[in-house]
Parts: sequence; structure tokens; C-alpha cells
Amino acid sequence: MTALNVGPTPLARIGRFMADNPLVPLILLLVGLVALLQILQPGVVNSRWLANTIKVAIPLAMLAACQTLTMLTGGIDLSAGTVATISAFATATLTPLVGAPAAILIALSVALVIGLVNGFGVAICRVHPLIMTLGTALIASGCLLVYQRYVIATGTKIPDFLVWLGTGRTLGLPNGLFLFLPFATLVIWMQRRTGFGRLLYALGSNEAAARLSGVRSWQVLLSLYALSGAIAGLTGLLYLGVVKTPSLSLALPLDLPSVAAAVVGGTSIFGGRGGFGGTIIGALILTVLGTMLTLMQIPEGGRRILFGLIILAVTALYIRLTEQGR
Amino acid sequence: MTRFLSKNSRTVGLAALLALLLVATKLIQPDFGASGLESLARAVLPFAFATVGMTIVVIAGGIDLSMAAMMAVASVTAAVLMEGASDGQAAIAVLGVLVLGLVMGAINGTLIVLTRVPDIVVTLAMLFVWQGVALLILNAPGGGAAPWLRDLVVGGVVLPGLPTALTEWLPKAVLFLVIAVALIWVPIRRSRLGLMLYAIGSDQLAAFRSGIPVGLTRIVAYALAGLFAALGGLSVTMGTGIGEPIPGPYLMASVAAVVLGGVVLGGGRGGIVGPVLAVFILRLVRMDLTLLSVDPNVTAIIEGTITVAVVMFGGLLAVRGMQK
Repeated sequence: MTALNVGPTPLARIGRFMADNPLVPLILLLVGLVALLQILQPGVVNSRWLANTIKVAIPLAMLAACQTLTMLTGGIDLSAGTVATISAFATATLTPLVGAPAAILIALSVALVIGLVNGFGVAICRVHPLIMTLGTALIASGCLLVYQRYVIATGTKIPDFLVWLGTGRTLGLPNGLFLFLPFATLVIWMQRRTGFGRLLYALGSNEAAARLSGVRSWQVLLSLYALSGAIAGLTGLLYLGVVKTPSLSLALPLDLPSVAAAVVGGTSIFGGRGGFGGTIIGALILTVLGTMLTLMQIPEGGRRILFGLIILAVTALYIRLTEQGR
Repeated sequence: MTRFLSKNSRTVGLAALLALLLVATKLIQPDFGASGLESLARAVLPFAFATVGMTIVVIAGGIDLSMAAMMAVASVTAAVLMEGASDGQAAIAVLGVLVLGLVMGAINGTLIVLTRVPDIVVTLAMLFVWQGVALLILNAPGGGAAPWLRDLVVGGVVLPGLPTALTEWLPKAVLFLVIAVALIWVPIRRSRLGLMLYAIGSDQLAAFRSGIPVGLTRIVAYALAGLFAALGGLSVTMGTGIGEPIPGPYLMASVAAVVLGGVVLGGGRGGIVGPVLAVFILRLVRMDLTLLSVDPNVTAIIEGTITVAVVMFGGLLAVRGMQK
């Protein structure tokens, strides 16, 4: 900490550079982590490992898209993990009953409805997003448990298409990329080039100013949270294909890491700064970290401690560096 | 003056609601009596401590997502230290756990102040850390609790000179809660420190310019939250007799109770009585639904819906108040 304050001029320049190009330090960190992994366990970094890492990182990055978009407006979506779980579970249990396309349609509409409820609470009732989304997550997971009792006899079936998407490989790369690449392009295009994306940044930087310039903030927030719900639902479908066993807590372990991925990726939790590009790198960083901690055979408790400390350290360092340039 | 009144009307309303619910419980279950009240109080105790801790942090303008994880650390530490220990050693262990809570909270606060990372992110990261610590201390539920400690919260109060039929209506757990909160929070609330906590919650810049050491006060707020988390963890161990390394559903419940109890997220307003009453109400609703033999999962849905509905209603009221 003190070392940073000794020579302000070069550091300030680095800080400004990093503030302008937030992806550069993140990519450096990712490369550094991969190098460290290679040193710790020579030969572990190969094409197979790469494919696996991407496969694991994709659902995390998609779920983190919900967090990134909502965090741009100063919000958060803690129901994302629950929504993904519900959509996956509904798809798996409804497929034997009504067929795959109808099941997926129902699952996605449920996800959209939960998103709309979140949006209603946040946009119209002005409830703090943290509370609102935690509350809907609680209600929705209760509903899931009740629903599960009715379908316990029907058995589950995972549509072949989702399994192909989740676990298959083409040219050594996971098929999930067929979904993820268009998705990521769309999200980044939306946040950078469309009016909706600009409005998200505007609302996050200064909501009062945005409103005074004629933004109907409730419409933006309502559609944002609905979109977030839909993305979470989509993630659930993909994750179902990856994990291949539907359960009542399928995507819940991804909930907090998705927030972490967005935060590590440089999106400000207070809104107005960041983007999905950083989040993708953030998700990759977290996945590589997870592999590293597993390889080092640290017990579960120690892994969690290190995971928490690393998130904290990365965020703190990032804030220090970018603030230097101001 | 009006703000003072409206603040108190909330507390009075919550107390009335609680009384109403108790009557309803009696109607649902005619033999609901002292023992029912006692088991309710014992079940509420960890939730109540989590709520008190969360309330203090929220009043000071923050939030602590690592509350439940700190409770888990306190619970397993107490259980491991007390297993097979004599009464004297157990007393030292309890003191040690309370100090541990203070230290954990102070670490949270110090990290927030030093790193300047938003408190949500820091406590989210620390949630993982404390969870990990709890798992390292005790991998599976286990350990033990000193018998005298269990006596502290199990059963009704026995007072010499008063008939037991009267005193059994006051569960020891409630008395324990009241004494602990009164000993820790009331002196603080009355002192300069209490004023400082409210001040940094309502306007940090103004507080800083009035000469309040903002960073230090924030650390104190988180340390107090840690202390109450330790009390909550202790009461988990006291109630069940074992340590529980996996955090219970205390985080969401405490946030809900804080909001229901009229403490504004963002800080500076509200008191401690409202949230505690709210946490009793939430648990009592749950118990009533169980008594009505509603499916426990449906119970969770109803509980969540009530919370969300109240929060949305409160939000709408606030919006309308702003437009006037």
C-alpha cells in the first residue's frame, strides 16, 4: 500500500492507462495465473485443459452477465442462481411430459416471469435490488420444492440437444461456444451500441440526471430485470446440459461466484462502470483459480478462504490502481 | 417530532401485530402455552442476534453479508472448545468466542475501510473466508456444549418469591436476549458512539466534517455486528448442543427483519426494537403455518411473499412520500 504512494507519477500513468483499458490488467492477471498453474503442475496446461476450462467458465460467465447488466445500474440480481436452477429443473421434468421444445419454452417463460417480478419491485416499488432479488429467490425456491413433489413420479429427461451443447466438442472446443459466442457478442453490442445499453450506464452514473434528461427509468429497469431473468433461464438450460443431472440446487453454487466474476471483471457495484468483456475474463480467472486450488489439494475450507481473499485482493488492487489515475 | 412519532408508531404497530399473532396461535392450537412460547423463543434466539447485529451495521450505513458465516465460526469454535471441558473452562471458552466475534467483525470493518472496496463486496468475500474457517475448525456438525450454558436458554425463568405458574411465561431465551442486548447496545446508543453510528449512516461527509472519525466508527459498527454474530453462533450451539459449520438461513432472515422493522437500508434511521419484534413475527408466522399443518415448503413461499410484499409496500409509500 505504501509503495504505491512513493512514486505517484509513473504509477499514476499506469493507473490512468489501466482505467482507460480495464481489460489489460485482467488479461495479464489471467495469463499470470495460467503460467503459475503450469509451474505448479508442469504439463497440466494443454488443449484438453483449455477446453475444460472454457466449458466450466461459460455458464459462470453467462450468469455473471445478469450481475454485470444489473450492476451497471447500481443493482444486483441475487435470484439469478435460483432462476437458472428452476429453468433447468423445469426443463428436465417437463420434457417427458410435453416434449423438449415446449418444456424449454415453459422454463424460459417462468424465468422471464421471475425477472418481471424483480423488475416490478425494483422499478415501480423502488425496493433495493438486493432485497428484492433475494426475496424472489426465496419465494421461487419454495415454489420449486412444492413443484418437485408433483413431478417426482414423472422422471426426468434431458433433451439431447442440451447435452450436445453442454458436453459435446467440435474441433476440440466445447459446443457451448455455439451458444456463448453469439450471446456474448449480442450482450456487448447491446451495452455499447444500443440506446438501452447507454441508458443502463446513464442510470448507474446518476439516476437523477438521467431522469431529468427524460429517461423513463422504470421502463428501463423493468426490462433490464426481465432480461436478466431470461438470461439466467438460458444459463440454466446450458448448465443442465453440462451437469446432466437435474437437482434442486443445481446452479445455486454459481450464485455468489457470478457476482464475484462481475466484480473481479471490473464492473462497479455502484453502477455506471464496467462491461461484459471484463466479466468474461473475470469468469475465466475464477475458473482457473478454482482449478489451481483443487490441484494444490487444499481442503474445502482452505479453498473457500483463499477464494474469498483473492476476490478481495483483486478488487482492492483494481480500485487502487484505477483511482491513482484520477 | 413527527419523525420520532412515526418511528415509534412502527414499533407499536409491530408489537400489536405480534400480540395479534400470539392470539391467533392460541386459537389455532388451544394448548399453546408456556412451553410453546419457550420453544418459539429458543428457535428465534439465533435469528434475533443476527438481526441485532445486522441492524447496527445497517444503521451505520453498511451491510454485512458474512453474518451467517461468522455465526457458523462462533458456533463451531464454542462447540469444539467446550467439548468435555469443565464449567470453568467453558466460561473462558464463551468469553473467547465473544472476543473472536469482535475480532472477526473488526477484520471485516478494517478491510472495508482500508481497501475502500464497497462493503457488499468485502463482506461477500469474507462470507467465503468465514465459511472456510468454520469448515477448517469442524468438518461436520459435532462438539458439545456445557450443561450450564444450555440451562441458560432452555426453560422458563424461575424467580424466588414469584409463583412458577407466572414466571414460566417468560422464557429464559427472551430474558437472555433482552439482557445481552441491553448490556451491549443500550450503553452504546446512549453514548457519543451511538450518535456517531447514526451520523455516519445518515451522511458520511457531514459526519466527517463534524469531526467524527468515520473509518474508526465503521470498524466499531462491524465489530459490534461480529459480537452479536458470536452471540448468535453461541445460541445455536446452546440450543442444539452441537456446533454447526454450515451457515443457517440467518442472512436473508436478518435482512428481512431489519427492513420490516423499519430500519432504512442506506442507514441513519431506525432502532433495534423494531427489527427484533419483526424477527419474532416472522418466526411466529412460520410456526403458525406449521401448526396449521401447511407444507413447510409452502410456508417458505408464504414467508417470502409476506416479506417481499411488505418491502414493496414500504417502497411504494416512500415513493409517494417523496412525490408529495
